[in-house]
Amino acid sequence: MTQPLDRVRRLVSDVFGAPLETVNEDSSPDTVANWDSLQQLNLVLALEQEFGLQLDPEEIEALTDVRSIVAIVAAKTQGD
Amino acid sequence: MELRAEIDARVAAGDPNLAPLLRQLWSSRPDLSTAAYLLKHRDHLPTVATCRVAVARTFTAEPLVGLLQAGGAVAGLELQVQLGGFNAYAPDLLDAESELYAFQPDVVFLAALTPDVAPELWSGFTDLQPEEVARVVERVSEHFATLIRGFRANSQAQLVVHALDAPCLASAGVLDAQDPHGQRAAIARVNRSLVEAAREHDGVHVLDYPSVVAGYGRERWYDPAKWASMGLPFSAGALERLTREWLRVLHPLCGRSCKVLVTDLDNTLWGGVIGEDGLEGIRLGSGHPGAAFLAVQRAILDLHRRGVVLAVCSRNNEADAMQALREHPHMLLRPDHFAATRIDWGDKAAHLESIAAELNVGLDALAFLDDDPFQRGWVRERLPAVTVIELPDDPCAYATALREAPVFERLGLSAEDAQRGRYYVQRRKSRELQASSSSLEDYYRSLDMHAEVSLVTPATHKRAVQLLQRTNQFNLTTRRYSDAELSALLEDPSAAVYLLATADRFGDNGIVGVAITRQGEALELDSFLLSCRVMGRTLETAFLHRIAERARRQGATRLVGRFVPSAKNAPAASFYPRHGFTQVHDDAGASVWELDLTTTPVDCPEWITLAPLEDSP
Repeated sequence: MTQPLDRVRRLVSDVFGAPLETVNEDSSPDTVANWDSLQQLNLVLALEQEFGLQLDPEEIEALTDVRSIVAIVAAKTQGD
Repeated sequence: MELRAEIDARVAAGDPNLAPLLRQLWSSRPDLSTAAYLLKHRDHLPTVATCRVAVARTFTAEPLVGLLQAGGAVAGLELQVQLGGFNAYAPDLLDAESELYAFQPDVVFLAALTPDVAPELWSGFTDLQPEEVARVVERVSEHFATLIRGFRANSQAQLVVHALDAPCLASAGVLDAQDPHGQRAAIARVNRSLVEAAREHDGVHVLDYPSVVAGYGRERWYDPAKWASMGLPFSAGALERLTREWLRVLHPLCGRSCKVLVTDLDNTLWGGVIGEDGLEGIRLGSGHPGAAFLAVQRAILDLHRRGVVLAVCSRNNEADAMQALREHPHMLLRPDHFAATRIDWGDKAAHLESIAAELNVGLDALAFLDDDPFQRGWVRERLPAVTVIELPDDPCAYATALREAPVFERLGLSAEDAQRGRYYVQRRKSRELQASSSSLEDYYRSLDMHAEVSLVTPATHKRAVQLLQRTNQFNLTTRRYSDAELSALLEDPSAAVYLLATADRFGDNGIVGVAITRQGEALELDSFLLSCRVMGRTLETAFLHRIAERARRQGATRLVGRFVPSAKNAPAASFYPRHGFTQVHDDAGASVWELDLTTTPVDCPEWITLAPLEDSP
């Protein structure tokens, strides 16, 4: 099974159109060109589809970089 | 993920045939990330039609765009999408100068949600007195009617309007269902008047949004947290479902429709193998799995009633299979429902090609239904133009898969549509007769053909547009007039729109030809077409005879026409020379032809009985 980090990297790469190899744990709106508030919504939906979960507004605000996304996804999917 | 790795590897290796894998990827994961990935590779997906889609909306619809484009791309539709302003649907539609109209859309979706257009009906319902409910219903109904009228005044595009949904839980709880003037009843009244308002205009359609929501599950559809925080009312899954519904509407609007369903027999129309299990052994009827196959037949019969032509392609002994179709007590589909049959051990891809040739349609008009994944894969690979219906493993889900196929969706149904399936059966019988006639003229005489030419009327308008939009083969200029364009043409005193209706010994064919003339310096044949159903019977000569005769009577001396070659209209190439026209010159790929009406008569063939033309004022 692919690790959550790799799955999140792929989503970030797809949604923002950034080459996969340039996306790492530190990637954030400051380092990824198309990562703006509108595209953030696409990322949220893509995460929900990929991991089969629903994010609440507080969690959405906390999705500030790849590392925090992986942490939130891991916390939400714990016990799966 | 393995699929994406394989696609990436094939892209790296320069594989030119990625379309099947990309389609497979989309059907396994139709989500936002796949959409973005797919659109990066969209050059590998062949385009059949392009369409400019504008969306007037009350909510955040941005994530829909990629999903819609990806879903369109795998179906051969290249969609350019423009979103109107957030909750700016009214100015977008009512202001002729809006960006929505500047975009020059072919199709416009009006997606307004109940809480935005009728907040009292969504959450404040218990505040309303009964007479206030009636006023709100009237106000919202009139609002939609105004939007539709305004739209039609500003644009000739197609409009698709979302009907209004009702909340999961009514304001009055279970009491609402007891009240004929309750909340749900009020919303249903708005939706009824919306349908009425849409019917007053050509090219305005209603999308049954509440049923889409219900089918998915209303509780899963809405996401209040995302609505409050980001203006997106739906869950991610709801977006996928809504995209699919929009594509179901876009298919017929873009002409991405299949005319013919070619179906397998064993384990598709019935359970079991007729050659082994025999008439008593195959499963069809009540119980499991007979009911599942009966449901498939019911779905196919419904398509037939919608005008879809049916054909059989099955690996069987023909006598066994035909006996089952003829004699099985529960069979809904009988031999007379099928316009063509190929029942033997030959190659199915080759059979599909010969069915298309026999029915005079292109391969892109065929859809293929078969339970065997091998046959589906084979046809997909050999004949990429054919639409292959993907079936799940469980026969209980076959009927739904077939009903969901967007290539059979229609947004308007003329009397001819409803009869089309039968016409093709008549034609099969007439061909059988043709084979037994000694000469072609004998054959024509034996057909007992009757033809009538008339000017278009409001009652026949829809059929005329349909023929103008769909006819590919016997079509001299292939000018695709829309509903609104044809209406505009009728206002033009220099133009005339003629229709040809025919009947023969096999039955009434209805309206099968359209011609448009425009009076300029000479009389010009702007359009001239004949449905493929009646090609090769000299009916075009009778049609032209009537038009030329009327032109001569009105003082015209020359009839000018052009032949604009297309990928499919070779059957019409000899039309002008066969009728005494002389070629005058070439003009940007088209040849221009002229008939001297004073010296060259066009005679009606003696085997066609032509009714006199009734000049309408």
